[in-house]
Amino acid sequence: MTLRFDKRTLLASTGFALASLMTVGAASAQTEVRWMHIEANAAYLAVWESLVEQYNAENPDVNVTMTFLENEAFKARLPTLLQSDAAPHLFYSWGGGVLRAQAETGQLMDLTDAMMENDGEWANSYTPASLGGLTFDDRIWAVPYQMGTVSFFYNRDIFDDVGINSEDLTDWESFLDAVEQIKDAGYVPIAVGGGERWPVHFYWSYLAMRIGGQEVVDNAKTGAGEGFRHPAFVRTGEELARLGALDPFQPGYLAATWPQTLGYFGDGNAAMILSFQNTHPQQANNAADGQGLSQDQLGRFPFPSVEGGDGLVTDTLGGLDGWAVSAGAPPETLDFLKWFTNEENQRIMAQNRMIIPVAVGAEDGVEDPLMLESALQLGASTWHQNYFDQDFGPSLGRVINDISVEIVSDNMSPEQSVQMLEDEFMLQ
Amino acid sequence: MTSGIQALANTVGQKIRENSRPVRHDRPIGPARWPVIILFLPPALMLFTLFVIMPIGEAAWYSMYNWTGYGRPENFVGTRNFEVLFRNNAFRLALWNTGLIMLVSIVIQVPLALWLAMLLARKMPGVVGFRLIFFLPYVLADVAAGLIWRFVYDGDYGLFAALFGFFGLDSPHVLADRNVAIYAVLAVVVWKYFGFHMMLFIAGLQAIDRNLLEAADIDGASGWQKFRYVTLPLLGSTVRLSIFFAIIGSLQLFDVVMPLTGGGPSNSTETIVTFLYSYGVMRMQIGFGSAAGVVLFVICVVLAFTYKRVLMRND
Repeated sequence: MTLRFDKRTLLASTGFALASLMTVGAASAQTEVRWMHIEANAAYLAVWESLVEQYNAENPDVNVTMTFLENEAFKARLPTLLQSDAAPHLFYSWGGGVLRAQAETGQLMDLTDAMMENDGEWANSYTPASLGGLTFDDRIWAVPYQMGTVSFFYNRDIFDDVGINSEDLTDWESFLDAVEQIKDAGYVPIAVGGGERWPVHFYWSYLAMRIGGQEVVDNAKTGAGEGFRHPAFVRTGEELARLGALDPFQPGYLAATWPQTLGYFGDGNAAMILSFQNTHPQQANNAADGQGLSQDQLGRFPFPSVEGGDGLVTDTLGGLDGWAVSAGAPPETLDFLKWFTNEENQRIMAQNRMIIPVAVGAEDGVEDPLMLESALQLGASTWHQNYFDQDFGPSLGRVINDISVEIVSDNMSPEQSVQMLEDEFMLQ
Repeated sequence: MTSGIQALANTVGQKIRENSRPVRHDRPIGPARWPVIILFLPPALMLFTLFVIMPIGEAAWYSMYNWTGYGRPENFVGTRNFEVLFRNNAFRLALWNTGLIMLVSIVIQVPLALWLAMLLARKMPGVVGFRLIFFLPYVLADVAAGLIWRFVYDGDYGLFAALFGFFGLDSPHVLADRNVAIYAVLAVVVWKYFGFHMMLFIAGLQAIDRNLLEAADIDGASGWQKFRYVTLPLLGSTVRLSIFFAIIGSLQLFDVVMPLTGGGPSNSTETIVTFLYSYGVMRMQIGFGSAAGVVLFVICVVLAFTYKRVLMRND
């Protein structure tokens, strides 16, 4: 093949090249702050975008740009991205073992000094629990963004029809009874996203917390004491298997994604879902009609306690999310983050049913009654545990996801599951 | 009559031998050709080294470390990653599934493609349209095809739900059933790639000398005899090439499976590459994932070279 350039094409391409060079030149007069996010909800995104627009307008020398990566793709690409020149300056973090692993590699900016300036003015603008959760060995590794708690949401119409009162479901036995009753009445008791595995690990996590209590879970994390050999973990598997034996989930749950599951619940097909604090807007978002269940049709109750267990019903499982900053980020990144998570902006996001805020004083922004219930539960939490699949680090966390699905679908015995956890722990 | 066909078969055999006689390039590399080599070899060699040789070497190196992917690999563990890999049930399942995909590709997909190619290689009205339709799945992006089939198989809102609902039946959830999901994936694989093999065969069929088929007609050969003694032998090299592509494609299968099942439920649809991704990349165990990559590489090399040496040596 031969290429022929006539004068015109040559001129045009030279012109184009020059023009692109000039654009780059103009842009580099501003400092670019690259923000990588995983938010797929258009309504939430619109709020962020308007905030970014406002910030960019108020700070002409800074240009905050947003890039989207899908959740799983984000987790897969982050290690490579962080070590490249194209590293995002700020990105989402679920805290826990994953954040710690990132911090240990030296790819993250240590935020301690910046946040502790002026007697900790910036640090003190957040609730102590949220800041503490993102601190390892007295160094702060992420700016707090939101706290959340996982709890049961239920469809009031179905509960009324079957004759179940959510206030009676405070212990595991009555919960299992209720599941049976709902099933006998011809409803699907629980919607779960088994295809993505982690929605099932909420059950395993809560059972381990209710049965073992804080000390046992902490020991498993560090390998202290009996670690995963503690009898509580076999019992956790046994109780989860009992639930699975009732066949409580929607048909085809092993292939269901999380959005599908929220939609299934939102369409009124299942009585319960174990889910995040923002389930009300999210089920509406994923329902077939875009409306889902209304405020009056939705109820909420905490994960029940287990008889003979050492955990309390007031112990909470949930997120403690923040924004991590990469080591090479420009200082403007911190200025943006400080502004983005200030009281006023957190209140705006809370009012939009996006978050339970972590900025002191912004809690009054939570207006959604169900979200408020979650916030109150968090406020009274006796022990807040981060998601197991984040807290136990990327590989052990995924094994917890795997075994949860295997146990509940009767493909693995509780003893085998403990063996798998131990094997994986040894490999760390 | 039979002897006529026999004679024809001999002619065909001779033709094949003529075509496949190895040609040797024994021209010595004289001084006149050095400038060409010096000028044109380095760029290609450099690219090949950079993008093929080095990653292979790096994977082999990483596979002996316990490494998260951050910083430099420092925690040397020897062959531990390989030991853990071969004890891993999910990996054994992935090996088994990859073998199954290969088998189905060869035993179902290639014959199906050949049969359709026989129908569509003729000059008939509408033939081009059918070729296009059958080739379409291959043109579709793998991820898009996976998502489409995920919807087709969906037992709540998908095509299956509608189909079964029409007959008043409860739809099965094929992708959620450990024992069935892999067959659902296999069906998609056959659907997705048979068009490619069909096109290869059509090209091969069109290159066959029509005189031979006419001679067979005159000898009174039946349709099957013409296929068995004329078409198939002359198509031999295309069939061998097609099977070669089917094997390599099966070993690399990834993009269709990820959106379809993600390797689940319970790893029942995991292939070697989805295993590598889910257990290596997603779990930040790059060393372990590299070990899986090295095993895949060895399987590929052994299969490809054996196949080329044994079956394609004359092609």
